[in-house]
Amino acid sequence: MSEFNSRDTAAFKGVWVFCEQREGAIMSTSYQLLSEGRKLANDLGVELCGVLLGHNMGEGAVKALGGYGADRVYLCDHPLLETYTTDGYTKVICDLVAEKKPEIFLIGATNIGRDLGPRCAARLHTGLTADCTHLDVDVAKYKEFLKTTSTIDVDNTVFEENTNLKMTRPAFGGHLMATIICPRFRPQMSTVRPGVMQTQPYDEAGAAKTVIDRVAVQLSKEDIHVDVLEVKKAAKKLVDLIGADVVVSVGRGISKDVAKGIALAEELADALGGVVGASRAVVDAGWITSDHQVGQTGKTVHPKIYVALGISGAIQHKAGMQDSECIIAVNKNESAPIFEVASYGITGDLFKVTPMLTEAIRALKASK
Amino acid sequence: MKLIVCVKQVPDTSGVVAVKEDGTMDRAAMDTITNHDDLAAVEAALQIKDATGCKVVVISMGPPPAEGMLRELLARGCDEAVLVSAREFGGSDTYATSQILAAAIKKVGVEEDDIILCGRQAIDGDTAQVGPQIAEKLHVPQVSYAADIQVEGKTVTVKRLLEDGYMTLKVQTPCLITCVKELNQPRYMSVGGIMEAYSKPYAVYNFETLKDDPLIDLDTIGLKGSPTNVYKSFSPPVKGAGMMLEGAGKEACEKLVALLDAKHLI
Ligand SMILES: Cc1cc2nc3c(=O)[nH]c(=O)nc-3n(C[C@H](O)[C@H](O)[C@H](O)COP(=O)(O)OP(=O)(O)OC[C@H]3O[C@@H](n4cnc5c(N)ncnc54)[C@H](O)[C@@H]3O)c2cc1C
Ligand SMILES: Nc1ncnc2c1ncn2[C@@H]1O[C@H](COP(=O)(O)O)[C@@H](O)[C@H]1O
Repeated sequence: MSEFNSRDTAAFKGVWVFCEQREGAIMSTSYQLLSEGRKLANDLGVELCGVLLGHNMGEGAVKALGGYGADRVYLCDHPLLETYTTDGYTKVICDLVAEKKPEIFLIGATNIGRDLGPRCAARLHTGLTADCTHLDVDVAKYKEFLKTTSTIDVDNTVFEENTNLKMTRPAFGGHLMATIICPRFRPQMSTVRPGVMQTQPYDEAGAAKTVIDRVAVQLSKEDIHVDVLEVKKAAKKLVDLIGADVVVSVGRGISKDVAKGIALAEELADALGGVVGASRAVVDAGWITSDHQVGQTGKTVHPKIYVALGISGAIQHKAGMQDSECIIAVNKNESAPIFEVASYGITGDLFKVTPMLTEAIRALKASK
Repeated sequence: MKLIVCVKQVPDTSGVVAVKEDGTMDRAAMDTITNHDDLAAVEAALQIKDATGCKVVVISMGPPPAEGMLRELLARGCDEAVLVSAREFGGSDTYATSQILAAAIKKVGVEEDDIILCGRQAIDGDTAQVGPQIAEKLHVPQVSYAADIQVEGKTVTVKRLLEDGYMTLKVQTPCLITCVKELNQPRYMSVGGIMEAYSKPYAVYNFETLKDDPLIDLDTIGLKGSPTNVYKSFSPPVKGAGMMLEGAGKEACEKLVALLDAKHLI
């Protein structure tokens, strides 16, 4: 990495997105971040660049980054970049940042992004905000955001005017939201929670226009201090909670008859055309695998319909589902906090209510 | 061989959470616990100690009451404890924290065959950044999200969790590994351990101890120096409660389905 001064903020320009690939396939998080990055780049009037590291990446995959908003793609192709290693990726990225000096650098908060981001930020001598759920550069837009998501009296509060990246994230298990800035150092870096930013429609014209910059990668085996012995995918296909239109989640309320509770949820999900999710209590008990977990430490979902069966509605659970379009809660305790966020609530035993609900949906669909 | 474990005392966010009027967390009003992932890191270290007889040093940065937690970890079987505590260090973000902890670890001493262990993330900030940042400052390789650790001489084999599976990685010491809660089941303190806890080496590193270490840039530590600052903090609004349906029978279910249909949700 050439010497560069992260405090010389005026020297930095442009918005970058790290476009993560695994086994040659671009992760959907990258498209979400490009869509979000596009808005920031427009507000700042600068270029949006995708940074893609890999080996022999297909041209279609590279062009697709343009289709989701990138003006330019820095393509770093090298056999040692085919599979992620902290050392290899950090070196190539930091070399590129030091040379090109972007003002904003976004990375998906995946298990890989959260390994790469802090290592790069430490090497670049700049701050990093973890697991963000909202980003703004424009103060007026930030105020609009606060109006709907906070209890702040926005019109009677003074906001310092600047185009610093305002990175909002949940803190203390979702009890508090914090907006973080990194005013003295560049790039302003953030990892962004997967599933939160919306992917914009694919734009053919954008894909055709993208400039592809092939980066001369300086990397050798000696730079990498970790050997990857094996990369193993889970045998079972994982549930696509983030992409689902309907999520039917079960909580500890199924404990009386776990198998039956899950089966009832599956039937309801099937009738609605959705998938099954779960609270952490259910995952921790080992009743369902962790890819089903919704919430602070699970996945953030915003389906059209979210059904909570026997879930109390702890703040950490709500953090992952409260932005769903329509929330239906079934709980036998009428004062369960889940009802505070529910669009519709039924006080009752999920073992009795769920089959009736499934039946009513099937009847409606049959009548159409 | 020696194992150095970074452990943080955190407010228990699963209990009552107190927010002050200015929108910051009222830590004083909350119970504190040892961060779960860090307990997994301690247990992983103690298991390696059981197998090899090596030494385990625990380090925590925080206010003086963190001593209680460190003594407890000595009672579980750790051999030495270091508390890094100074007013100047207060309010540090992850970048600042990692400089200070890196300097403290360097003072403890990192030998050829040592391993530094961290938790994956602390539940107060949920950042998962401090481990990798310490590794960068100390110029040692890192492996995060460890769900299995095998040590053979200077070679460490780690199973690293991915969202959709895992990677198996091999790395040489000295290295830094961040551990997930699922790694193991932490042991309890033993009676003998409790007796010994107060006679084991316990050191406090203050500002004077660390300030001249080149790893520490005095301009980027503490609340003022941290690269990241809080611009605003706020509580999420309580969402207006929706509609409760009367009864829990067939009728209520049919009514609900009709409402969803009217809104074109199904
Ligand atoms: C740092 C941290 C992170 C966390 N992250 C997450 C996360 O990502 N996701 C998450 O979900 N949680 C998370 N949690 C845990 C969270 O605080 C709660 O403990 C958890 O969500 C509770 O799950 P539950 O609602 O299923 O169980 P409980 O709280 O036990 O609630 C069970 C509910 O079922 C109802 N019930 C019982 N029987 C029936 C029946 N027959 N019919 C209808 N209702 C019934 C009860 O009235 C009760 O409301 C986290 C906690 C911490 C500290
Ligand atoms: N103040 C601290 N003292 C000791 N270890 C810490 C401290 N802060 C963070 N750590 C370590 O770094 C890990 C990640 O923390 P965080 O980046 O805050 O999520 C924790 O699990 C600890 O192992």
